[in-house]
Amino acid sequence: MAKLFTLKGIVGGSIVLLVLAIALFAPLVIPESYATQMDMRARLSGPTATHIFGTDQLGRDLFYRVTLGAQTSIMIAGTAVLISLVIGLPLGVISGYFGGWIDNVLMRLVDTLLAFPALLLALTISAVLGPNLTNTIIAIGIAFTPFLARIIRGEALRVAQMPYVEAARAAGTNDAAMILRHILPNIMPPIIVQATISLAFAILAEAGLSFLGLGTQPPDASWGLMIQASRDYLDIAPWTALVPGGAVAITVLGLNMFGDVLRDVLDPRAS
Amino acid sequence: MTDPIVIIDQLRVGFGDTIAVKDVSFSINPGETVCVVGESGSGKSVTSLSIMRLVEFGGGAILNGRLLLNREGGVLDLAQADTPTMRSIRGNEIGMIFQEPMTSLNPVFTIERQMTDGLRLHLGLTGAAARARALELLRDVRIPEPEQRLKQYPHELSGGMRQRVVIAIAMACRPSLLIADEPTTALDVTIQAEILALINRLKQETGMAVMFITHDMAVVAQIADRVVVMYRGEVVETGAVTDIFANPQHEYTRALLAAVPRLGEMHGKAAPEPMRLVGQNHAPKPILARETPTPLLEVAHLTTRFPVRGGPLRRHIANVHAVEDVSFTLNKGETLSLVGESGCGKSSCGRSILRLVNPASGSIKLDGVDVLAQSKSALRQMRRDMQMIFQDPFASLNPYMRLEAQVTEPMRNFGMADASDRAAMLFDRVELPRSYMRRFPHELSGGQRQRIAIARALSVSPKLIIADEAVSALDVSVQAQVLNLMMELQADLNLSFLFISHDMAVVERVSHHVAVMYLGRIVEIGPRAAIFDTPQHAYTKALLKAVPIADPAKRNLLGDLNFKPIPSPVHPRSYVPEASTYETVAQGHLVLR
Repeated sequence: MAKLFTLKGIVGGSIVLLVLAIALFAPLVIPESYATQMDMRARLSGPTATHIFGTDQLGRDLFYRVTLGAQTSIMIAGTAVLISLVIGLPLGVISGYFGGWIDNVLMRLVDTLLAFPALLLALTISAVLGPNLTNTIIAIGIAFTPFLARIIRGEALRVAQMPYVEAARAAGTNDAAMILRHILPNIMPPIIVQATISLAFAILAEAGLSFLGLGTQPPDASWGLMIQASRDYLDIAPWTALVPGGAVAITVLGLNMFGDVLRDVLDPRAS
Repeated sequence: MTDPIVIIDQLRVGFGDTIAVKDVSFSINPGETVCVVGESGSGKSVTSLSIMRLVEFGGGAILNGRLLLNREGGVLDLAQADTPTMRSIRGNEIGMIFQEPMTSLNPVFTIERQMTDGLRLHLGLTGAAARARALELLRDVRIPEPEQRLKQYPHELSGGMRQRVVIAIAMACRPSLLIADEPTTALDVTIQAEILALINRLKQETGMAVMFITHDMAVVAQIADRVVVMYRGEVVETGAVTDIFANPQHEYTRALLAAVPRLGEMHGKAAPEPMRLVGQNHAPKPILARETPTPLLEVAHLTTRFPVRGGPLRRHIANVHAVEDVSFTLNKGETLSLVGESGCGKSSCGRSILRLVNPASGSIKLDGVDVLAQSKSALRQMRRDMQMIFQDPFASLNPYMRLEAQVTEPMRNFGMADASDRAAMLFDRVELPRSYMRRFPHELSGGQRQRIAIARALSVSPKLIIADEAVSALDVSVQAQVLNLMMELQADLNLSFLFISHDMAVVERVSHHVAVMYLGRIVEIGPRAAIFDTPQHAYTKALLKAVPIADPAKRNLLGDLNFKPIPSPVHPRSYVPEASTYETVAQGHLVLR
């Protein structure tokens, strides 16, 4: 456990805790209307005493939008990645471990999904299921599944060929125990890294869907939506992009650092 | 007496806070082979990398000492030399050969390109002149059809050929010092014999000095003029090769020599017996076979093939005939060794018996029960009776599992009660402290890990243990301890071992019976004494002749041994191999016709 309290672990863990706290408690502390209130005299204002992060093109306060938008973004991205893990992990492990025709069938399915751009896929799923938040989450989750499944399959394939797996088989270990005891612990590190990276992409994917009218609906705030809206004002009001972009970047950085440390904590070899 | 080529004086090398080489001093004269011998972590490679000043690229630093190179126009301290000077020395005045011929050549360049690189750089040779010199070098290292080889890529050459090319490259600029770092460790014994003879001959022809790094005392006995014994970063003993072997002074040297199995030392002994290690006063007890042998494992006409796929649709176009019509019987409480060079099918044979790969045909009976007829679940139950120990103790243990969990895993698989208590007993049995049960594999040394692997195999009280190169990856002193442990366990628990190995000296030490494999077939099988004392098959004789003997009085570097390359075991699907037929030369001693 001492490995958790390295500089990296403390910084990463603090960022993750902070973002989670904002996502959980900001809507309880700050009235939701603050995110949509328009200060018409201070449109596209830079950071000032009244608007510490500045305002957007409608004079809405970016500080309140970014803190209140955290919940939506984190919830959507987190749940979506969780869904893609829940589908992708068994798919990848079964494919990589058993190989043969099972692998062929599963991976051709995954390839079919991979053939579509993730956003287009999410768009299609969202359009079919109906545009609401739950369906957006499901859509992003499914769209991200093939990437995770591919990586997990590759890792499972590699680990399945390790001598310790053959040794366990020679010792009479059955398939279920083999996967639980030997395959899963050994494929965890790359999965953790990939999942944290997926979170960042999921936050952005939500923005794309919102832009097309399938995610968060204006005037509600989400980080992705804010980045999307800042597009037209980049030259005159760069902070409209920097604030939500910075929030995404810091969150992802924190998650990556935390993921790295988590991997070290789980790995008995790292001292 | 000429001046030494290299004088290493008080060399000290550190990696971060650890000192890898502690005040090492020795020298190498022209025309002399100095063997630096030691086990892993002794600092022998670090010493050689320091001379090349390559140690800095690995994160090390020369902290103290001088590395004096005697060259034209004076003596140079390599420890102080600047980068351009070093670059003009590396590959020019000092040549280097690395261990792994598979990876020390660049796979995307032709042999000619790689050979002429150094010639261009150091000697300014270009075009036809460089090509002519490259051809000459390939002839020097006795590569057949050198013109052909120049156009080829590394993957088109065999391991032995590749190592010859590496030697040719090292010799390209006529170095005054050749550093060879474990140049034969990755090679089969017949190829090793050729390469050793070659290095010795090149030394005599050119008068260069050779610094030969190895862990293998038998190789030392074959090639060294002088020996430097290293242990934990220090030189513990230096001397002429005959003195070191006949009259070792340092305790470590004595222990090391006692741990080396010598081919021929079991001559006249009826049964295998553990080695007598330093500090052990009682005489080892021989592992006697039973009066009336009862068969445990009966293998008949075992054939295993692996498909070769090719063409656009990856069709099954040919087969690797890995195991071809192999038959043998292993008796209870005895050891049968399968011995042969890489690719001879010995490992495939062992894995077929456990059905880790499925044989194409044949029959395997364990205690009268047909292994091949079992369903998947029945086979799982049968695995309780036959366990395996694998070669690489670093890869055959799950890095994420505590050692107790690894040792108890087979017992849990078969629902045995009191797995933890039994694991504790097994830790005692393999002489590991019980406190290790809570540890992870990376906290153990190679030998300790192999003890864990043995404990794991023993946990379900199997009748048969297949040991696939179980001691090959271990240092010699650890190897001796593990071998002794295996033999003691055999005597106590009446175990039967199928011992798969490439090492003739180890095989001679442990076996009751020996089967020599070549190209998927057993070419000769019989009692250990018959195989080693009166070998009949040409391949067995060649193999025994090639084994280096850890005794400088029995040198074997007579010149080119010239072994024929092993033919390919890949045949088209339509190919029908002949059955193996044997001639009985004595009771139980069979030779392939």
